[in-house]
Amino acid sequence: MSGSPMSGTPRSGAPTSGTRPDPGDSPPLTVAVTGAGGSGAVTAGLILLEAVAAAGLFGLLRRSAGPQIRGGESAALLRFGPAPVHCAGDRCDLLAALDWANHERFAEEIPLDADSLVLTDPAAGTPPAVVAAGDAALREIGFADSARERAGGRPNMVAVGAAGALAGLPLDALLDGAARTLAGKGEAVVAAARACIRAGFDLADPAERLRKPASAPAEIPQRWHINGNEAAGLGALRAGVRFVAAYPITPASEMLEWLAPRLERLGGTLLQAEDELASVNMIIGSAFGGVPALTATSGPGLSLMLEGIGLAVASETPIVVVDVMRGGPSTGIPTKSEQSDLNAALYGLHGDAPHLVLAALDIGDCAHTVAWATRLAWQLQTAAIVLSDQSLGQSRMVGEPAPVAEEPLAALQHPTAAGDAPFRRYAVTADGISPMSVPGEPGLAYTADGLEHDPTGAPSSRAADHADQLDKRRHKLLAHDYGPHWAEITEPADPDAVALTLLTFGACRGAVLEAAARLRAGGHAVRTVALRLLAPLRRRALMHALGDTRVLVVEQSHGAQLFHYLHAEQALPAHARSLARAGPLPLRPGEIVDAAAALIDAHRGGP
Amino acid sequence: MTAAHGRSTEQLKASIPSLRAKDYKSDVKPVWCPGCGHFGVLAALTKTLAYLELPPEQVAVVSGIGCSSRLPAYLAVHGFHGVHGRALPLATGLKAARPELTVIAAGGDGDGFSIGGNHFLHACRRNQDLTYIVMDNEVYGMTKGQASPTTQPDWCRSKLTPHGTGMRRFQPAAIALAAGASFIARGFAGDPNGLTRLLAAAIEHPGFAFVQVLSPCRTFRPEQQEWKQLVHACELGPAHDAARAAELIQRDDGLGLGLLFEQKIPVYAAGVAADAADTLTAAERLAAIEAEHCR
Repeated sequence: MSGSPMSGTPRSGAPTSGTRPDPGDSPPLTVAVTGAGGSGAVTAGLILLEAVAAAGLFGLLRRSAGPQIRGGESAALLRFGPAPVHCAGDRCDLLAALDWANHERFAEEIPLDADSLVLTDPAAGTPPAVVAAGDAALREIGFADSARERAGGRPNMVAVGAAGALAGLPLDALLDGAARTLAGKGEAVVAAARACIRAGFDLADPAERLRKPASAPAEIPQRWHINGNEAAGLGALRAGVRFVAAYPITPASEMLEWLAPRLERLGGTLLQAEDELASVNMIIGSAFGGVPALTATSGPGLSLMLEGIGLAVASETPIVVVDVMRGGPSTGIPTKSEQSDLNAALYGLHGDAPHLVLAALDIGDCAHTVAWATRLAWQLQTAAIVLSDQSLGQSRMVGEPAPVAEEPLAALQHPTAAGDAPFRRYAVTADGISPMSVPGEPGLAYTADGLEHDPTGAPSSRAADHADQLDKRRHKLLAHDYGPHWAEITEPADPDAVALTLLTFGACRGAVLEAAARLRAGGHAVRTVALRLLAPLRRRALMHALGDTRVLVVEQSHGAQLFHYLHAEQALPAHARSLARAGPLPLRPGEIVDAAAALIDAHRGGP
Repeated sequence: MTAAHGRSTEQLKASIPSLRAKDYKSDVKPVWCPGCGHFGVLAALTKTLAYLELPPEQVAVVSGIGCSSRLPAYLAVHGFHGVHGRALPLATGLKAARPELTVIAAGGDGDGFSIGGNHFLHACRRNQDLTYIVMDNEVYGMTKGQASPTTQPDWCRSKLTPHGTGMRRFQPAAIALAAGASFIARGFAGDPNGLTRLLAAAIEHPGFAFVQVLSPCRTFRPEQQEWKQLVHACELGPAHDAARAAELIQRDDGLGLGLLFEQKIPVYAAGVAADAADTLTAAERLAAIEAEHCR
């Protein structure tokens, strides 16, 4: 796990920077492949990512597509290098355009500059003004002509060969990537693809290579080839989730599609519900029956589930809701990322309804965070909302595996024997956690209730019962020892010299880490804090981590939701500043470096 | 997933003395008004559970919100009093996770046909092995007397709809049939013995069993006291094919009691049976899933 700590490093512990190869030595390269629907841009990206894995490198493949169901233009954006890649870069090094259909829709996502190289096929039209008038160098390569010379040849495969060669990927790795990606399509398709890749590789001018050809190391450590939705599903399975009910929604559906057959293999069940109102109540039913259960959705579905989540809180039924966030409000921008459901996750429930809110910090961490959330939900008998987002859920990485959690799902505090009748399911205890039975246990029947209730579960509107149960449901969350997982903290070489802390949550952690590395390389002592546990907020630990440094709160929302939440919790110094920007474009490390540098300059000499 | 609770119903039956109806009642006093039809449903349900000799711990009764949805707390079985309209999803999740349990969903006409109407349609379609009891009194009682989906369009005694709803009545049995329910019955709260027979048949029916129970609201619909004289046995039933049942249900005046429709069709079972030849442990299966993503 060196270089990519999955759990928080204590402030006094060894700094984690320095164990990671400095991106300045061999910065990651960004290669984009774009094309109209059916042109195979995404397949090209998948092959390039497999080639990255075969070459022993790390990679991140983002996809950009419009709202069309089929046949629209799409882009595959691959960033790769010798160190783990956790975010989009500031610019694009190499663009292979299979055609120029609706390219203007991607232009903002594929920033080109004077150092960029653009491969264009004269047979597929001329570059649009936004590209032709820019500084990027244009090179014509006949993808389509070359493909036509080979039986079953496809232009996108020629582009894979040419782009791979220019990006310094070994030919063997590219051929291996094609074989892996296209294995299900038959030998003829693989053979044709490999012939085209060879041809494309030869068409690229060696003098224009952006990287020297890498040679794969003799031994490659085990890597994960996974997207965030799959990783979240894997985390759920690892933690013992065996029932999932859900309603399809972009960008969460892939998690459900991944889980359906795999739950079956483990003896579990996935049920497609009629709507999100049903799915959240179905998982409450399963958990009431003692079977760990999860649902996954996105913002609109989360809104529909909020009443049910409140029921889980009041009835103390453990559930896990994964929200793969997208642009909002309302239907918003369903295919693009944003972190703007934070307020809904924190504050959406009516009444005083303390619950868990967690955020996955990167693709692999989706597995860790969902598994941790499941364990916490069962330990604390409450609802856990896990925030992922489109940029994690639908992006695919070749990276380090998330560690398997050491502790299994906690056993319920079963009452040892039928004691005094009736069973006191909601007994007020020292730690706030009451014994819980499940159907099938004689003498321990009770009625779980969303109505306020007394310790036996009988409905009660007495002031004392309300106060006791509210106190108990809050206390059990606040009194729990969450250990080091609440945040990931990285330190500069000299932690005592820190002038600025970059504070973030969820998927923005990747861009923040890269910004911090650049700032440190520029001589700035910068700390990073990425929150994994947002509620209950570990306020004292956070304030301790921030110390007396300047603070920049980095997040992807228009309303600076994290910044306001932390202020409301009195967890930030008054001089803290906010860098908050809405989607759909990813937050880029350069933006964070600029904002941080401006803050450091403005306050040179101490906060 | 049931290993921890895996004693068979037969084993459990053998280990406990026979229970009487009152043994299925809890000590919680109902909030219902004197003379409420729901008392009759509670009595019939406890008699049914005793008659079927179901061990209390193997039974779960779940509900939404409303007068009738208070039912679980009055029983000595496992219960869940959830949120308004969502009794069926709760029941579906519980039954999917714990198929060996007897799972009964219960509630009123507003809970089941208005706010929960979508779940009613899809629960009928799904044909999971559940029993759904709707205590229909054609009014929202808990919120003090508003029109429900089964209220007559010209009923104008609610301040909320002083001119009546002007909407045609929801037809529970016909809609259940159209949505694919495999067991449809109508009972009357004032006929506990007849209702007990229907509930027992519903619980024993393999599949989704819907029982509409005419359950008079003495407070907001005092005229329903006349039901005692107006209900009648549904002479033509039960039907076993849907076309015949549709005719039967449409010809009936809505006060005909009995089993209206029953059909044996495949019961919903989520997932597939494990491959007997596959001897992998759970940990090995999980490791194999994880290995799909390793390079």
